[in-house]
Amino acid sequence: MKAEGIQALAWLLIALPLASAAVLLLGGRRTDRWGHLLGTLAPVLSFVLGLAMFVQMLGYSGAERRRAVHLYEFFSVGGFKVDAGLLLDPLSMTFVLLITGVGSLIHVYSIGYMSHDANRRRFFAYLNLFVAAMLLLVLADNYVGVYFGWEGVGLASYLLIGFWQHKPSAAVAAKKAFVVNRVGDMGLAIAIMLMFATFGTVGFEQVLGTGAHHEGLATQLSTGTATAIGLLLLLGACGKSAQLPLQSWLLDAMEGPTPVSALIHAATMVTAGVYLIVRSAPIFEMSPDAQLVVTIVGAATLLAGAIIGCAKDDIKKALAGSTMSQIGYMVLAAGLGPAGYAIAIAHLVVHGFFKAGMFLGAGSVMHAMNDEVNMRRYGGLAKIMPITFVTFGLGYLAIIGFPGFAGYFTKDLIIEASWAHNPVLGACAILGAAITAFYMSRLMFMTFFGEKRWAEDAHPHESPPVMTWPLVLLAVGSVFGGAFMILGDRFMHFLEPVVGAPEHHHGFDPLAPVGLLTLAVVAAGVALAWAMYGRRPVPVEAPRGGVLTKAARRDLYGDALNESLLMRPGQWLTRLTVFFDNKGVDGLVNGLAAGIGGTSGRVRRVQTGFVRSYALSMFLGAALVVAALLVVRV
Amino acid sequence: MDDFPWLSLLIALPAVGALALALLPKGSDALAKRLALAISLVVAALTVVLAFRFEVGGPRFQFAEKYWWIKQFGVHWGLGVDGLALAMIVLSAILVPLVLLASWNAADRYGGAGEPPASAGDGTPARTRSAKAYFALILALEAMMIGVFAATDVFLFYVFFEAMLIPVYFIIGYYGGPQRSYAAVKFLLYSLFGGLLMLVAVIGLYVLSARPPAQGGLGEGTFMVDQLARLDLDPTTAKWLFLGFFIAFAIKAPLVPFHTWLPDAAGQAPAGALVLIVGVLDKVGTYGMLRFCLELFPGAAKWATPVVLTLAVIGIVYGAILAIGQIDLKRLIAYTSISHFGFIALGIFAMTSQGQAGAMLYMVNHGFATGALFLVAGFMIVRRGSARIDAYGGVQKVAPLLAGAFLISGLASLSLPGLAPFVSELLVLVGTFSQYQVAAVVATTGLVLSAIYILWAYQRTMNGPTADAVKGMPDLSRREVAVVAPILAIIVALGFYPRPVLDMVNPTVKQTMSRVQTQDPAPTVAEKGARP
Repeated sequence: MKAEGIQALAWLLIALPLASAAVLLLGGRRTDRWGHLLGTLAPVLSFVLGLAMFVQMLGYSGAERRRAVHLYEFFSVGGFKVDAGLLLDPLSMTFVLLITGVGSLIHVYSIGYMSHDANRRRFFAYLNLFVAAMLLLVLADNYVGVYFGWEGVGLASYLLIGFWQHKPSAAVAAKKAFVVNRVGDMGLAIAIMLMFATFGTVGFEQVLGTGAHHEGLATQLSTGTATAIGLLLLLGACGKSAQLPLQSWLLDAMEGPTPVSALIHAATMVTAGVYLIVRSAPIFEMSPDAQLVVTIVGAATLLAGAIIGCAKDDIKKALAGSTMSQIGYMVLAAGLGPAGYAIAIAHLVVHGFFKAGMFLGAGSVMHAMNDEVNMRRYGGLAKIMPITFVTFGLGYLAIIGFPGFAGYFTKDLIIEASWAHNPVLGACAILGAAITAFYMSRLMFMTFFGEKRWAEDAHPHESPPVMTWPLVLLAVGSVFGGAFMILGDRFMHFLEPVVGAPEHHHGFDPLAPVGLLTLAVVAAGVALAWAMYGRRPVPVEAPRGGVLTKAARRDLYGDALNESLLMRPGQWLTRLTVFFDNKGVDGLVNGLAAGIGGTSGRVRRVQTGFVRSYALSMFLGAALVVAALLVVRV
Repeated sequence: MDDFPWLSLLIALPAVGALALALLPKGSDALAKRLALAISLVVAALTVVLAFRFEVGGPRFQFAEKYWWIKQFGVHWGLGVDGLALAMIVLSAILVPLVLLASWNAADRYGGAGEPPASAGDGTPARTRSAKAYFALILALEAMMIGVFAATDVFLFYVFFEAMLIPVYFIIGYYGGPQRSYAAVKFLLYSLFGGLLMLVAVIGLYVLSARPPAQGGLGEGTFMVDQLARLDLDPTTAKWLFLGFFIAFAIKAPLVPFHTWLPDAAGQAPAGALVLIVGVLDKVGTYGMLRFCLELFPGAAKWATPVVLTLAVIGIVYGAILAIGQIDLKRLIAYTSISHFGFIALGIFAMTSQGQAGAMLYMVNHGFATGALFLVAGFMIVRRGSARIDAYGGVQKVAPLLAGAFLISGLASLSLPGLAPFVSELLVLVGTFSQYQVAAVVATTGLVLSAIYILWAYQRTMNGPTADAVKGMPDLSRREVAVVAPILAIIVALGFYPRPVLDMVNPTVKQTMSRVQTQDPAPTVAEKGARP
């Protein structure tokens, strides 16, 4: 159905931040004084607009909530027709509110966080660019549009990771993020090619169908093709969402300013892979194999991320490991089929709240500690930074799944659903919950409790209100978001028109055995962390650690693997190719030319009188033509 | 459609301008530059007018002219443009004034095209070259480029094809870097070799057309393309003639393994001229493949397809890997172009409408994107006096505009969505995949490789701590901004709205597809209603 009223203005959601980015970038230094204000206003306006559209959507009945906005024909060649069009449905609406809502808060926070940076205006321009691209990613009504936004957020991520580009480490991390993401993008690109060859179109409406029952062309897919498309989409998702085996860029991406880590590398962009899988559900449902691989990737990443999170002393990297792990949960849920789609997205939303809140809290701590990121140099900050401590603490309770807090509801549902699907997956998810409790508690104890281990010149202080208010608002989401969405199956019903309803669904049960078991292991994880980091003093120098600790510190050798398998052979290949091209191909052709023209020395000597030689060859050529023509005539 | 000889006028204007510039007295460089710019702007304006007057869906060749040139031998001064030819002419005509403007001050300072005059390496002292002659050569080149795209007579095409070499030879040989002589001669030898093969094929066509209709000829010798297309060639002859054309075009484009002249030329030629050499001139190769190889010898083209596709895919990957390994910025850009030319050839020979349209759009987009890259790199190289990547570092800090322009051009080169080349690359890949899956999948690795060569080069030159030699480097001047801004604006506009170019080339695609008698493969899972 066509969008009406305010929903017909959905393009404005994207256009506002995009226009703001353009003004800030093209306006240059002239816009320095008010650039951050314009840059903040844009996503706030988008959020208000999004809210209005949401309210309008709630006025429609389920099936009518899918609304299309056609903008213009992007291109049309032969049978390949791609429109620039947007799709408003409960799924994209959820993302619009998350992106613009959390995005606005992070923009506000950045006004304070980046106030001392000479390039604050440029920072806001890039953030706006990101918001625009991310909104396009979730609003596009076809896969080419998704790809457009997909690479757009990759660009914004590149620009923001490398924002402090004078630091070589930041520049390297930015390039790495883009290149690794491009490997994933290859998957998405080939998926698009395969979809066109298969369906003759890449539009959601044609491929996926319009209703919860998925009556699109995807239902006619052969299992083999469905598996191929599914795995290619998964490759794309792995790149963007830092899932194994394309996870290595996310930890390095922490080189970017902390608000970037909160918005892009925690709350929104990295969850795009989950969106892609859930959106493409009709394709995955045609291939149990592809779904199985999705769940394996999710389970493996949730464990790997959690283990990495345990060993990091850098507060941002510990949180980055945690992000990997939490997205692993979402991917796992998305691979479970109809039983998991809605809870994957629900967890995605509450994760957006609590993880963005904790990243911003970490930024608040760093702001207070002269940009120190080493948790072994923190300690005892709870009293000095009460607002940061309390909001961070609420986020902590949410992520470990303390009863009543947001993560308790969503993660518990994922664990139960995966347990019901396959006990091995369920066991991974439960183990992950235990490790999560451990590393998050470790982080809390090392940062906010215990004795002060500060550097001598550190004078911590609470952050200004412009930074603490976003923390408070995000904490509200961390506390109530889960209960609001899950109790009474509110969110499941909201998403039902898009992802359908699970076959056997029985609501949230606080006394389910799996849930109780999870609570027990979470308590054990917290207790272990307390025994190691709460009760005992934390050494300022990191202990040597065992095999697993060492491995986790080195990101489970992800980089080492990439280096030995890809980078070094690649460097050799490049060198070899350059040598081959210079000596082999060029030499061969030159030799051939020399053979025809005489010695190679003569080829070089020809230079001096070359104009004459050229005239001669032209003349010879002309003579040949004339001769030939004469022959034909006669 | 009026009968005014627009195309002849477009060729004559810059040609006469070049002559006028050459006749100006010594020391009138300032006047010469203004005159050249004025002429090139008039030409650009005229081509834009033509583009608006071009009727999409009208006759195939428009603004056609046909006069006897050498009547005895059946040679016509035959001109006419279809959408593709017109798009290429517009591209050339837009780039030329920008190239002239880009060389403006550098020409004053160094008496040439922008690089400090280095000694030729053979002991002769560096000479100051005349800016007047440089501007005249660019205008002459413009005339030839317009001619080569507008020619509808194969002999006329050949004449322009060969005559183009002369201004380029002088531009490289007189205004290039220290190894300029070697590069210029290499360029010329390669091109001449290809040109000779083509000449043989051209004559062959004429001879065959002179045969009586009973033997498959036309009864009268001719060089007009539309008539030659009606020749009934036996397959073996067609294959030989195809090869004659194809090798000439493969050298020009250039395709691996005929590519080694390009990096050498790029390393030595002034950056401004490279915009035209790589951005436009090399496209004559891919243009020729479409116009002559496919249209005159459709059967032979199909016969050669497996080999050409293999070479194209090798070129994409091989060129990209070589680009990663370069230490000279201009050579790096040249190798990226070899990779991109692989994409164009892939699209052409995939023989699907998406592939062909993608290739044609690619030819235009690559002209702008690589043109921008060469221009910005040229501005930077003039400032520092070196094209070596390790001579830079942290330029972003001192010259943010320059770095920004370089980044946008680079992102265009790695086909980021929102910038023009994305659409063309996607079309080529989609079009190739529906016929040749393996080729398309291997070509897709170009996505990753292009990210590496562009962003690594950007990182080494623009990021990190500012190198001592770069400190105090001025940012882009207003004149330089005026050169780059229009190209970047076009790249962004075509990135979001590629239809102006696609609408122009789509009829050409249909024509070629029907000529090679190929249809797009049908989707394996079609809409229920649409199923036969």
